[in-house]
Amino acid sequence: MSANNPSDLPVVSDRLAHNAMRNVNERIIEALLFAAAAVSVLTTIGIVYVLVSESIHFFQHVSIVDFLTDTQWTPLFDDAHFGIMVLVSGTVVSSLVALLVAVPMGTIIAIYLSEFANAKLREIAKPILELLGGIPTIVFGYFALLMVTPLLQKFLPWLPGFSLLSAGLVMGIMIVPYIASLSEDAMRAVPMSLREGSYAMGATRLYTALHVVVPAAFSGLAASYILAISRAVGETMILAVAAGMQPNLTWNPTEPAATITSYIVQVALGDLPHGSIGYQTIFAAGLTLILITLMFNILGQWLRRRFRENY
Amino acid sequence: MQIHDTPTLKAEARNLNFFYGEAKALKGINMPIYDKKVTALIGPSGCGKSTYLRSFNRMHDLYPGNRYEGEIRFFPDNTNLLASDVDPIEVRMRIGMVFQKPNPFPKSIYENVAYGLRVRGENNKRVLDDKVEHALKGAAIWDEVKDRLQEMAPNLSGGQQQRLCIARALATDPELLLFDEPTSALDPIATGAIEELVHELKKRVTILIVTHNMQQAARVSDYTAYMYLGELIEFGKTDEIFIKPQDKRTEDYITGRMG
Repeated sequence: MSANNPSDLPVVSDRLAHNAMRNVNERIIEALLFAAAAVSVLTTIGIVYVLVSESIHFFQHVSIVDFLTDTQWTPLFDDAHFGIMVLVSGTVVSSLVALLVAVPMGTIIAIYLSEFANAKLREIAKPILELLGGIPTIVFGYFALLMVTPLLQKFLPWLPGFSLLSAGLVMGIMIVPYIASLSEDAMRAVPMSLREGSYAMGATRLYTALHVVVPAAFSGLAASYILAISRAVGETMILAVAAGMQPNLTWNPTEPAATITSYIVQVALGDLPHGSIGYQTIFAAGLTLILITLMFNILGQWLRRRFRENY
Repeated sequence: MQIHDTPTLKAEARNLNFFYGEAKALKGINMPIYDKKVTALIGPSGCGKSTYLRSFNRMHDLYPGNRYEGEIRFFPDNTNLLASDVDPIEVRMRIGMVFQKPNPFPKSIYENVAYGLRVRGENNKRVLDDKVEHALKGAAIWDEVKDRLQEMAPNLSGGQQQRLCIARALATDPELLLFDEPTSALDPIATGAIEELVHELKKRVTILIVTHNMQQAARVSDYTAYMYLGELIEFGKTDEIFIKPQDKRTEDYITGRMG
């Protein structure tokens, strides 16, 4: 070895200098990446802070028990009531209608694309399907109001011009691509060896899809359903346009009703004085909405852990 | 080979060619499979032994662009397994398969073994219980799992999973059992258990086994076929193939000069 040869030393120190520079660069990049991550975390914290602090003012005027049990939501009337369940019922009913459309349809499309369609068809169909997810929801809202509601009225003549049913159905159609696309990814990730094992037992494609591929991909399917619920609960424009905005405690989808989100839009667009109790209701409603979505996110995390792919 | 020790035919490949698209993977294979015997397929990687094995239960039908030529006759009914009017699902109902990597379904141990029975429409609890137990005993895994039949199968060890897959294949009483390098993912002890099992199983079922391990072929099989580049080079009784191979290429492979 000639490591002790003095003529080698400059070469070595050159290398070290280069390494030192690289280290600085790494640190700068790391700081930039951290800053980007921090912005999103801080935004979340900021949103929660605003919601909680404004809601605290609200709950100084209205007790939590009234908030959860009152059956009327009339914050702007002289005889003000603040029963959030009125808005929650609208959110729950419209979301259920949407999920009743989106979960079966999305799953069936995913099964078809993953297990039956040939590669060419899949490559054409999937981007088109995902395009459906890029349509602005206001467009879906008018589609519900001007196309779906009149169509439904042909079968249900007594259906009002605004209804949770019509808005929910269109919301379901909007969510289908999310479920279909995510579920298809999950099912395609199931190894071919599992399918071959099933086919080798004499199973048909459908039997294999339902009894081997779907159970194996279950955590992915569950994740897509949870995402769909969060989308449905948080959806605003379709409901604001097509479901009417009058608060209405109902479990009947053929009635018009306000949801948490459509109420927030309505009030936020009005000219309520800053700091008034009416103004603070939107923060209490927003907090409720966040808690609902948070609950589903936690459920989704749990499902994913519980049914982790073990193939 | 003399007439008196020639066993019954279970299947026979006749002029079998196979194509992956344009690529010809099997070239004019003629070979008998004898009833209740173990036949080993050996040869270097890419020689077509797995392709040949997977022709028996029409696995190639699952992928587009594959094409068979020739026949595989299946006895006693003399059906051509490859005929286009023969339903591959009917073929797979009669021929079981065990894969290279254990592939238990994400279900309980019990449901894994009952799978093939349920596919065939069997839902009677008593019949299922009975056949599941019988199959697990046949695959020499009953004692290890009898107290935890409802546990998830993917939690078993690799060797147990492979024996479970054998039980799954046995549950439907196949006439021919295909093994595609069943021990390549297993440790020596689990391998020994599988080999012993193969030896035991040939009392009940005809076995065709692909292996890249020549000692394994020598240990478990009655007949051996040596394949090279899609051709069947030599077929014969295992001891004859290993002691005095007729073809120079077989001899080179067996003695380790090639492959």
